[in-house]
Amino acid sequence: MCLAIPGKIIALDSLNASQALVDVVGVRRKVDLGLLQDAPPVPGDWVLIHVGFAMSKISEADAADQMRTLNMLGEVDAAMEEVRGYGLDYDIPDPSSRRWKQ
Amino acid sequence: MATTAHKIKFREAQIEMAHGAGGKASRRLVEGLFAPLLYGSSAGPLADAAHIQINGTRIAMTTDSFVVKPLRFPGGSIGELAINGTVNDLAVSGAKAEAIVVTFILEAGLPTDVLEAEVRAMGRAAENAGVLIAGGDTKVVEHGHADGMYITTTGIGRLLSGVAISPRSVRPGDKVLLSGPIGDHGITILLARGDLDLEAELHSDTRSVLPLVQAIVREAGAGVRWMRDPTRGGVATSLNELARDCGLGIVLFEEKIPVRDSVRGACELLGLDPLHIANEGQFLAVVAADQADAALQALRSTTGGEAATVIGEVREQPESAVLVTTLYGGTRMVDMLVGDPLPRIC
Amino acid sequence: MKFVDEFRAPELISKAGEEIRRLADPNRHYRIMEVCGGHTHAIYRFGLKDLLPDNVELIHGPGCPVCVLPMGRIDDGLSLAAEPNFIFAAFGDMMRVPGTHGSPLEYKARGMDVRIVYSPADALKLARNNPEKHVMFFAIGFETTAPSTALTLIRAKAESLKNFSVFCNHIVITPALRAIIDAPDMVLDGFVGPGHVSTVIGCQPYLWIAEEAGKPVVVSGFEPLDILQSMVMLLRQLNAGEAKVENQYKRVVAWEGNRAALRAMEEVFELRSEFEWRGLGFIPQSAYKLRASYAQWDAEQRFTVPGVRVTDPKAAQCGEVLRGVLKPAQCRLFGRECTPEQPVGALMVSSEGSCAAHYNYGHLKPVTISSAAYRAAAH
Repeated sequence: MCLAIPGKIIALDSLNASQALVDVVGVRRKVDLGLLQDAPPVPGDWVLIHVGFAMSKISEADAADQMRTLNMLGEVDAAMEEVRGYGLDYDIPDPSSRRWKQ
Repeated sequence: MATTAHKIKFREAQIEMAHGAGGKASRRLVEGLFAPLLYGSSAGPLADAAHIQINGTRIAMTTDSFVVKPLRFPGGSIGELAINGTVNDLAVSGAKAEAIVVTFILEAGLPTDVLEAEVRAMGRAAENAGVLIAGGDTKVVEHGHADGMYITTTGIGRLLSGVAISPRSVRPGDKVLLSGPIGDHGITILLARGDLDLEAELHSDTRSVLPLVQAIVREAGAGVRWMRDPTRGGVATSLNELARDCGLGIVLFEEKIPVRDSVRGACELLGLDPLHIANEGQFLAVVAADQADAALQALRSTTGGEAATVIGEVREQPESAVLVTTLYGGTRMVDMLVGDPLPRIC
Repeated sequence: MKFVDEFRAPELISKAGEEIRRLADPNRHYRIMEVCGGHTHAIYRFGLKDLLPDNVELIHGPGCPVCVLPMGRIDDGLSLAAEPNFIFAAFGDMMRVPGTHGSPLEYKARGMDVRIVYSPADALKLARNNPEKHVMFFAIGFETTAPSTALTLIRAKAESLKNFSVFCNHIVITPALRAIIDAPDMVLDGFVGPGHVSTVIGCQPYLWIAEEAGKPVVVSGFEPLDILQSMVMLLRQLNAGEAKVENQYKRVVAWEGNRAALRAMEEVFELRSEFEWRGLGFIPQSAYKLRASYAQWDAEQRFTVPGVRVTDPKAAQCGEVLRGVLKPAQCRLFGRECTPEQPVGALMVSSEGSCAAHYNYGHLKPVTISSAAYRAAAH
């Protein structure tokens, strides 16, 4: 019901603290940060944009966590238990690696 | 001629914007009103250009009107579009534009330098496409009409030898070729209007596709079954028309469809499908499977065709429809565009 | 695109599809409602249905604000567009939605000043730039969109901008869910929860669905892997006989929502005693209106609005489709009298409506193409 897209904050507006320039793969727009006033984002942060307003900050850690879970989907349950049990590191995609298109 | 009462199927009370947007409504108007009244019922598939015979010589003929806001935009302007559009319509019908006549409808109050710039742009585009501007007409309408200017161009062309285009010649197994990335023009215009406050490094793709068409015809002429420049309504609309005209299914491979990042970004942001966005410098070709490689190489080795690619193929199923497939086995139908593409928030 | 492409990775999608097929108990039939029209759109756009086994059925929910908006509201809004020096501003989604005398786009073609805006803030900007005209923003949307309208109104008030108003059609998702869940013909087993609404309201407002109705809810993102992962989480709960609210979309949705957004809404809006939904009828406390302190910016209070009521065409079976009792193609009007170009019923109106999505993307029997065959063909 609501189209929302991740964008990266490029710069804050020096004249208006509630405005920022956001980039979505090369498309830029002024976005209103007023709904994030409790924890204002800074340049480099990723936010979810809906109708020209930033709705929430996107958590890199939670995204990586999710990828980890997705990568383990379909692995034998026992293997998952083992991983948890021994606290082993699994092959986790690195968000900064080249496989991840910006 | 069609003096007998052929059935007029067009029942809409008045003309709406959608009737000019190149999608289903446009088709209803042409097939439901123009074709039955002007051609009788045996109109056959509609094409971008007509091929007619005069004193034993077959020539191609087409006309197109250009209405665009703003008049100038990154990568082009209305004057350039007006020449390239007509050159391209002739090219994809298998003809080289030889002469064009121009009609200007100008709004009173239009600054002369704006007009001059467009006339210069037309001259350059015509020189580039090797076409003569043979004449023209000018009308001026009251201030407040015509958005500055409208331009109509009518062109005739000489048929290229060794090619015969018809949707009826398309066969299952044929490949669908695309000359380059899609959506540049439509998104550039949408951004240039300024209402959406979006910015991107993006240019209209307006250009003559004639050199590319000549290359593909030279190398794989006998195998070229159908061509079309996917302007208004985009690739999806052009291919749906083909599917309807040949009764076969067009299956596209989603990952193979070239879309620039910024076009994709704008489409994701605005809820649009790049397959529905207008192009002014690309063309689609359906080529017999055994000639597809030659055709692709011909395009890629021609300047401006480096990004050409096979985006799909013709199948028996689904009948008269366009299907997009994904790498993981998902499928979706892609319909013609209904009206203009509108940004959405839902 | 970061945070987009990785959640569209073909290998992982295939794997998630396999996991769903493995989890689906062949002796059961699962009916899962994706509440949000954004999910409906994504499911069709990415062909995700092709990955699900036959006994996992997706039912498209009421989360399409355009679809459920009664025609009378559009007539009311457009009745003002004919006023002199009046700009009617709305999202692109509204432009083709038919009122009794035509859509906003048709009004525009007849010469009225109708503008498409991408943001409520853009409507406010129109008002600033056109001081001699009145700009009315025709607001639609659930709790995702409502805070943006609220903040825009707070700004208008702070500036004492007099030539701006909002015609408010903002609606609330949970009362609609309650209407569906309380219906006697309720057939659903679980819910894919609306991710973007939840950025604002959080996950707590769904707890009653788990606790009272005993149905699991997984708040979900919108990429293919988000939706498939949510299906995995739902099937696991259903197989274990559990009913919990889980948050699949943690990278974006905080369990408690967005407090600043909720404050903005609280400042500007109050609940209407009831509001009409196309296909579902009148639902108590299911929509917002502007508070008395914002009366000056409330188009309904500032102007005389006819209060048109248009009853849904009886032949259209939108209500049954919305509740999952009928599939879109089982409605007697689907694809014949009712098409996206000439919609009769609510769900054909927006591309997000389940009928329009089904018509555009899936009305012909999909041809199943295996990944292997695809790769062979593509190379």
